[in-house]
Amino acid sequence: MAKKELLKVEGLKQYFPIKGGMMGRTVNHVKAVDDISFTIYEGETVSIVGESGCGKSTTGRAILRLEEPTEGSITFDGHELTTLSKREMRKLRKDLQIIFQDPYASINPRQTVANLLNEAMTIQKVVPAKDRRKRIIELLETVGLNEYQADRYPHEFSGGQRQRIGIARALSVKPKLIICDEAVSALDVSIQAQVLNLLKELQEDFNLTYLFISHDLGVVRHISDRVIVMYLGKIVEIGDKYSIFENPKHPYSKALLSAIPIPDPTRVKKHIVLTGDVPSPIDPPAGCRFHTRCPFAQDICKVEEPKLFTHDSMIDGHQAACHFVEEIENGDLQAKGFEEAVF
Amino acid sequence: METVLLEVRDLRTSFFTDDGEVKAVDGVSFALPLGKTLGIVGESGSGKSITALSILKLIADNGKIIGGEIHYKGNDLLTYSDKQMRDIRGNAISMIFQEPMTSLNPVFTVGQQISESIMKHQNLSKKAALVKSVELLKLVGIPSPDKRIKQYPYELSGGMRQRVMIAMALACNPEILIADEPTTALDVTIQAQILRLIRELQMRLGMSVIMITHDLGVVAETCDYVAVMYAGQVVEYSDVVTLFQKPKHPYTIGLMNSLPRHDVEVEKLESIKGNVPNPKEMPTGCRFAPRCPAATDLCRREMPALMKDVEGNDVRCWIYSEKWEGESEVIVYGEKRIAESRGTETILSD
Ligand SMILES: Nc1ncnc2c1ncn2[C@@H]1O[C@H](COP(=O)(O)OP(=O)(O)OP(=O)(O)O)[C@@H](O)[C@H]1O
Ligand SMILES: [Mg+2]
Repeated sequence: MAKKELLKVEGLKQYFPIKGGMMGRTVNHVKAVDDISFTIYEGETVSIVGESGCGKSTTGRAILRLEEPTEGSITFDGHELTTLSKREMRKLRKDLQIIFQDPYASINPRQTVANLLNEAMTIQKVVPAKDRRKRIIELLETVGLNEYQADRYPHEFSGGQRQRIGIARALSVKPKLIICDEAVSALDVSIQAQVLNLLKELQEDFNLTYLFISHDLGVVRHISDRVIVMYLGKIVEIGDKYSIFENPKHPYSKALLSAIPIPDPTRVKKHIVLTGDVPSPIDPPAGCRFHTRCPFAQDICKVEEPKLFTHDSMIDGHQAACHFVEEIENGDLQAKGFEEAVF
Repeated sequence: METVLLEVRDLRTSFFTDDGEVKAVDGVSFALPLGKTLGIVGESGSGKSITALSILKLIADNGKIIGGEIHYKGNDLLTYSDKQMRDIRGNAISMIFQEPMTSLNPVFTVGQQISESIMKHQNLSKKAALVKSVELLKLVGIPSPDKRIKQYPYELSGGMRQRVMIAMALACNPEILIADEPTTALDVTIQAQILRLIRELQMRLGMSVIMITHDLGVVAETCDYVAVMYAGQVVEYSDVVTLFQKPKHPYTIGLMNSLPRHDVEVEKLESIKGNVPNPKEMPTGCRFAPRCPAATDLCRREMPALMKDVEGNDVRCWIYSEKWEGESEVIVYGEKRIAESRGTETILSD
């Protein structure tokens, strides 16, 4: 079966102006997302990972046009989103839902759960009025809540339950794509597992497609089919999750993965400890943006931006943006000042 | 035998609010051996921070330590006067608080704040304190420390601010460093830097560390001993290897199984059903009973004590006691445990 392209992002840029000076002129830009392209196929889960400020959430928001993208094209289910009018976009919103990190902030505290779901369905005209109560009960059951909870207010629920309400609301309009922006990050592990399992079941039942934005690589490995690694507004590596987790090629991906503490005290602990902080996205380093922290960096890395490509040691669909994949792979290039620390 | 530097026994701290008593800490016991790292792990609201604050007797006005003992070098800190406690804080025991941004004063420079905390405990001139501040910043790996001391907290990145917090906590060569979620707000690559720093300092300065975290990965990589907290109580206390290889309390087993990991593949996560109890309406029996797949009437009726096994580890669960009335082979979240009274080996399922 041919895979159907559901979302195609091409050359997306999202620059935020920085005002300054007496006249409040734009003096510079935060290049939050700087020319990224990727495709998501129907029914799959693609995750974007990276550290704070790398542009993960901005990408999600740009797709929904919560912020107007600076440049680039976003095709969703055959529609070019960037040129749609507000009205047309609102109609498409039905198919494109988002679940945020903080369920409390995105839910109106003065609305009961039933009202909240009812409102979403009314706006999107998905279920005739007379059937809505029945549908609300169904939705609550789908996300593991009970009928008696329909007339309660958000503050009467725990964090995990509120996250479920957020999921129920997203589902109420029968979307095709759900963007989960750190949707389980604030939850305790025992609750997080419940919500992750639920998301997986719903995907199977309703053929949902997820764009999953998270800094938690454990969660990402569990939920994803494919993974995008971002650094300072750029995609540095993309591939199926096995490639990314078992065979990362970009030095940043390697460092990121090695930095995560593993819950096994008997394992030999080796970390590639990157020195320094992430540079500012206002004035990102020229050439490869990672060169200031990269232990393999050579002169060319400071001037020439590497493009995503598939090296012989990588399978189809796995791409990394590094000039020295080959040399690092066969050991010709040794890490300089690379600190491998054992805790 | 290891020397125990700090031992907490059956600590209880409550808050008195308009709608009743909140038993935030209600039965916490653990030991911190000299030079080692003890982890306190548990979900949000389980009482980790309040445990730490109780050790330093820094509890909000509506709260009170209502029971227990905190032995430090043979003395019970709970009998200490306010003045004696002031000497302990920042000197013998010092703490890095959960919110680094709120614990640094935005209107003072980094140098002013560190020297302030040095002068509070040591008889040094302002100038000497500033010199020591520069040394401390160097110690925690801040580049060009003589420039940094003139900066304000907002001019520093999250990782830098956390280093400053650590420098302040180290100002008086504490014997015990309590770190409350020191890396939760940081990115993983920065977290790795900070954890390594704490480890290095510990070895160099011979400190003992209490590491509070909700991240089992951090526990596995940094701790020697672990106390697992659930709803205000320690439910399991053991050395780190035993805890990960042979967890005993059903809550600990559930927690380990609900953890998505980036290094191994699991199809479906085993999840603990339900939610943590409301601290104002705690269950009468075992606090985990309403969520526990192995719970019996006994569990719902009576609260188990924290009991010792032959390995010297503690577990608060009826399964491992003579009173157990369920099956002798108990499956908890897919893992088999043999319900025989303490002292008997439990075996792992394959
Ligand atoms: N001043 C207070 N008044 C009333 N209740 C309080 C007060 N301070 C803390 N609590 C309650 O004490 C309990 C334990 O809180 P604590 O801060 O120790 O949790 P924690 O384990 O540190 O959680 P987290 O992982 O979120 O930091 C919670 O139920 C909390 O609501
Ligand atoms: Mg806390």
